Amino acid sequence: MAATAVGVVFSHTHEENVPELVHRRTMASIPYGGRYRIIDFALSNMVNSGITTVGLSANNNYRSLVDHIGSGKDWDLARKDGGLILLPPFSENSEMYDNTRMEAIASLTGFLTRRNEKYVVLYDCDAVAKFDISDIINAHEKKDADITIVTRKGIVEKTHDYLLVDADESGRIYEAKKVDRGITKGEATVSLGIMVFNRKFLLNLVNDSIAHGFRSFSKDVIIKQLSNLRIFSYNFEGYYAGIDSVSAYFKHNMELLQKDVRDELFSGRDIYTKVRDSAPSKYGAEAEVKNSLVSDGCEIEGTVENSILFRGVRVGKGSVVRNSIVMQDSVISEGASIDCVITDKNVVITSKRHLAGCESLPYIIQKGKHL
Amino acid sequence: MQRKKECVAMLLAGGQGSRLYALTTNIAKPAVAFGAKYRIIDFPLSNCINSGIDTVGVLTQYQPLILNEYIGNGQPWDLDRTFGGVHILSPYQAKARSSWYEGTANAIYQNMHFMKMYDPEYVLILSGDHIYKMDYAAMLKAHKETGADCTIAAINVPLSEASRFGILNTNTDGSIYQFEEKPKVPKSTLASMGIYIFTAKKLFDYLEADDANPNSSKDFGKDVLPAMLNAGEKMFSYRFEGYWKDVGTISSLWEANMDLLGENPVFDVSDKSWKIHSRNPLAPPECIGETGVVKNSMIALGCEIDGVVENSVLGSNVIVEKGAIVKDAVILANSVVRSGAVVSYSIVDENVEIGANAVVGVPKDPSAEIVVLGRGITVKDGVKVSEGQKHENDIKM
Repeated sequence: MAATAVGVVFSHTHEENVPELVHRRTMASIPYGGRYRIIDFALSNMVNSGITTVGLSANNNYRSLVDHIGSGKDWDLARKDGGLILLPPFSENSEMYDNTRMEAIASLTGFLTRRNEKYVVLYDCDAVAKFDISDIINAHEKKDADITIVTRKGIVEKTHDYLLVDADESGRIYEAKKVDRGITKGEATVSLGIMVFNRKFLLNLVNDSIAHGFRSFSKDVIIKQLSNLRIFSYNFEGYYAGIDSVSAYFKHNMELLQKDVRDELFSGRDIYTKVRDSAPSKYGAEAEVKNSLVSDGCEIEGTVENSILFRGVRVGKGSVVRNSIVMQDSVISEGASIDCVITDKNVVITSKRHLAGCESLPYIIQKGKHL
Repeated sequence: MQRKKECVAMLLAGGQGSRLYALTTNIAKPAVAFGAKYRIIDFPLSNCINSGIDTVGVLTQYQPLILNEYIGNGQPWDLDRTFGGVHILSPYQAKARSSWYEGTANAIYQNMHFMKMYDPEYVLILSGDHIYKMDYAAMLKAHKETGADCTIAAINVPLSEASRFGILNTNTDGSIYQFEEKPKVPKSTLASMGIYIFTAKKLFDYLEADDANPNSSKDFGKDVLPAMLNAGEKMFSYRFEGYWKDVGTISSLWEANMDLLGENPVFDVSDKSWKIHSRNPLAPPECIGETGVVKNSMIALGCEIDGVVENSVLGSNVIVEKGAIVKDAVILANSVVRSGAVVSYSIVDENVEIGANAVVGVPKDPSAEIVVLGRGITVKDGVKVSEGQKHENDIKM
């Protein structure tokens, strides 16, 4: 059976929300949950829904993304037809260079014209959740929609650049509002940045929009055309971890220590990620590990509590890691301690250093730092 | 493109491994799990790729399904190649004759055409029964330097064990003057590791001759190597000093797992300069819960530990519930130890469920024997499994 949809993942949405984490990488390649990067959830959602062609829209600093993705084989996306296709910035007009979503979508037309899947799924890679994309496409088909926008009802955690919508009982969106900056109080329905289109319809829409000189996809295309287009919302009620700020990143990672959250994200289907062939993790005779996630390749001799250890982390004798996220290959040397700290990759905390942040403001240590 | 490979490896993976009892009821010995995330065959395959040998024939015969599936197209070992790569070689029907592999030499003989496809100068013969890290390229270099027709990797073993092995009696330059298969009174302690490099042409000639010999048992150790030596071919030993463990018995398999533990383990699989590649489980990081205790152990991805785990090796997705105790045990993937159960000095195969408050095995001591629970069985709540028992079916009382 041929796949019915082609996916497009935007790897750099909302990076301004977490500048500390995207210093040298894209939003999509932020490490998450011990052995993943955010994009693993997006790609796994697509692959698990039968999508075999995914365009990966990248803008800047995408080296870490390319390093992570490789040929796409770890996601089963190294294919003769389709598979994972990197879409670096491209513009026929050199002055336009992917600064807006409109431009980013416009630069996809070549890629989308050459595909023959019926649908396109545009996917902002700024959250961790388990979406059943085939179900979203089914809803799109059933409602004969032009555009289906995945939404979530509740307290809006986003702070800027988001779309609020109002839908009638059938799910048809009759009103939408773009919020450039600011918090929305109370309950509202917010777009999660995942949209389904008929591929040919999207191509026409983009060509028309370019001809009209539209600049904003949400303001000029969606909001202005609510009455003449059939735009529907698909309400998502599952677990959703939006990476809207560093504290949200910290909080959502820690939620993985809850069994029900892990079960929802991981059970019943696979989350694919880059294979590193690390050895299984080793726990020493004096290790004290409680309520923590530990990835492969770790060597633990000290104390670890309420924390998430990425691959290849070493915790020395007598050292204490509490309420922290320790990324790949970092070393907490003997007698050192950290509390409410996020260490990026390859950080070394030298012996007997003590560092602490707090839950709302975790102390972030940049990649490769020796402290 | 160059349609030639300097060295082709042939990995004998057809062995039943009957001394592993229930662990090899449904799978070939090289597919037996080891070290939380590996299977035995990961070691020779990783050694091959790390030594620059990218063409490997894997000869299967006994229960090949899991092994075939595990190897797949060889991608985990970087052995998916357009020319070369890993190939499963199972017994086949031919016009002249159809037969199972009758012995190690016959298995290689029947796949002569496979080797000849690559027009190799050298053929490396391996077995899928051992845990070790070895640079075959260094051995090949030695083979070339001595100008040998056959080089046999050899390791010193304790005198008390020497009669279990093929023993090499050598001159000071390493050349072999006598080869004794499992001698009652060994003259030396230099044991063959079952790893041979042959100059390809010689190998092909001797395999032809061996096949034509009706009195031959078609075995390398018993027939081919002695025949070469008798004919005066140049045969050298290649000394190997590192860790090498035959995991053909329950106790040696258990010991090899324990050799991975400790601050300075006897055998280190985390060495980044010699990675052991494997087909990785797709599982989230392991979770050690509020009540979990893990000491001196190796734990694979996806485990959920709420009980106590000590001196043990746990495969992926193993669940140890609150109040359960696992000590001195090897537990393979996807098994569950329910609350209050105690598992000591045991090897528990994949997908086993150990019921609440069940007691499996006795605390380890020199006189105690290892319990083996076979794949997929259930141990009923509260049942006691005595030391040394080996089970293939559900245990109800």
